[in-house]
Amino acid sequence: MEELNALFHGFTVVLTPFNLMLMFVGITLGVIIGVLPGLGGANGVAILLPLTFTMPPTSAIIMLSCIYWGALFGGAITSILFNIPGEPWSVATTFDGYPMAQQGRAGEALTGAFTSSFVGALVAVVMFTFLAPLIAKFALQFGPPEFFAVYLLTFCSFVGTGKGNPFKIIASMMLGFAMAAVGIDIITGQLRLTFGFTELLSGFHFLVAVIGLFGIGEILLSMEEGLSFSGKSAKINPRIVLETWRKLPRYWATSIRSCIIGCWMGIIPGGATPASFMSYGIARKMSRDGAKFGNGQLEGVVAPETAAHAAGTSALLPMITLGIPGSPTAAVLLGGLLIWGLQPGPLLFVEQKDFVWGLIASMYLGNVAGLIVVLTAVPLFAAILRVPFAIIAPIIVVICAIGAFTVKNNMLDVWLMLVFGIMGYVFKKLDYPIAPLVLALVLGDAAESSFRQSMLISQGSLTVFWSNWLVGGLTTLALALLAWPFYVALRERLRAAEQSG
Amino acid sequence: MAHDPRTASGGTRTVVVDLVVAGLMFAVGALVAYDSVRLGASWASDGPQAGYFPFYIGTLICISSAVVGVQSVLRLARDAEVFVQKDQLKQIMVILLPSTAYVLGVQWIGIYISSAVFIALFMRIAGRYGWWRSVAVGAMVSVIAFVLFEIWFTIPLPKGPLESALGY
Repeated sequence: MEELNALFHGFTVVLTPFNLMLMFVGITLGVIIGVLPGLGGANGVAILLPLTFTMPPTSAIIMLSCIYWGALFGGAITSILFNIPGEPWSVATTFDGYPMAQQGRAGEALTGAFTSSFVGALVAVVMFTFLAPLIAKFALQFGPPEFFAVYLLTFCSFVGTGKGNPFKIIASMMLGFAMAAVGIDIITGQLRLTFGFTELLSGFHFLVAVIGLFGIGEILLSMEEGLSFSGKSAKINPRIVLETWRKLPRYWATSIRSCIIGCWMGIIPGGATPASFMSYGIARKMSRDGAKFGNGQLEGVVAPETAAHAAGTSALLPMITLGIPGSPTAAVLLGGLLIWGLQPGPLLFVEQKDFVWGLIASMYLGNVAGLIVVLTAVPLFAAILRVPFAIIAPIIVVICAIGAFTVKNNMLDVWLMLVFGIMGYVFKKLDYPIAPLVLALVLGDAAESSFRQSMLISQGSLTVFWSNWLVGGLTTLALALLAWPFYVALRERLRAAEQSG
Repeated sequence: MAHDPRTASGGTRTVVVDLVVAGLMFAVGALVAYDSVRLGASWASDGPQAGYFPFYIGTLICISSAVVGVQSVLRLARDAEVFVQKDQLKQIMVILLPSTAYVLGVQWIGIYISSAVFIALFMRIAGRYGWWRSVAVGAMVSVIAFVLFEIWFTIPLPKGPLESALGY
């Protein structure tokens, strides 16, 4: 019960008026960010990160993680009312959420979505509370080869679980690593890939890349569709909320299944989106009303939202315990930790108890606060979405420019933001995934130094990655994941050849 | 998307853009590998040299982009999907060109004036709002940003002659 004591201590850290205020500010900002096109969770946290440099780290992470929860809630609003998924993991929510809104049941759909998000997050946080200290304790014994194997596993799982061309995933990821390598080499002090430009000495900052790739890139994509979009109006009143809550217990089985899928998939990088689709698919197969899915079934909203929120929450588990983020937003939060002078990883649980348990306690409170905010303020947030894009678009560009500048007070970063924006647009259109690039950019230095340390231990022999059962298992699993899409493609080709021949 | 990619005419095809991007990536990969070799990508007396890790990164970029390039060459003849329609490109330019001008403005006259002008002009020209409303929104955003950054958080943003005339 050591965890419970630590958790109560965490609550005492969080429950100050200042932190509670930050929590509500964070949730509200997060929902707005989740609702607006071009400002997703990762990008929103990236823009607001510089504002937290002067705060104590615990307050800063409370606010930023609340922005993250808010963005997760906000994605559901746009999916249901406007049929526009604010985040990739809310795509599955549109399948039944938007038809419900068209039938005038927007209030019911939103209540269902918010409540099941809350349930998913709560289950994931409980898991987090008890699992995180164990993983951290276990990871304390990790040496450089183990860490590199975990990094390898993280990156290979992008290839293994990602849809689309595996070569494009690898190319995008390696580009991230290459960008991370630009600047002064931390071990030898030599300049790498700067080609004589002094501006490149400090390298590319991942925040600038995130703001450009996600923010400006998203604006360009939205502009492509034209300046107008229309949405359904939402009425939420206590009566609808209570009525929906009375219906929800009926879907307990779907809810439990979705929580399990979400928690499991969230630990794997990029897991929230596949988790929401998988959960929706399984719910459709298992439900008695499976055939009616897609025509506005409440269960079809419950399943993806529960899984997405559970996955979004458990994505922070590897970030805090191992220093390996499970999603782009978690990657940005990890970057924040580094900037505040905290070293993410297992030692956090030993050295920064206030911070870790404050964060975990804020996950409980933040989601309660989130549920209250979204249930009471939906009409307000929907009104923001109805502000024409001709007003929103330039304002978002301005916000992104301010965000990019404040990272290092450097004008070059604002130009880079524009370049990254165009790159993000082209990548999106050509199906190059952006998340692995961002993760590689954030983790590049850490992955490289663990690789070099491992090489030093073994004097340049790769067998160090199979030197004991743990590191060997991780490495083998990583390579298996890497080979998976190629195996699938080969099998399909063989089968096709068999049928034709 | 409202357009049928097969019947639309004009504009570059997706597969061509794919090929060009793969070519650019290959060049970047080659550059990374080249610079790593220049720094030394092998083993020194004290361990791996600075280019050791990036060399493999560069090589992997080259290999994967070469495969993507070959894949798009193979699809070159039959894939007719258009990367971006003419009217879509026009829409994108509607925001991209003013944004570029805006960043230039930030560099020259500071962020506050540029932001107000950018928002107001965009609303007026692209959104066809009245002058009064456009200017009001633009000015409001700049004033909020000024109060938030210069006064509350004391984070200095790029400023120009007007701000220095006002004593900032």
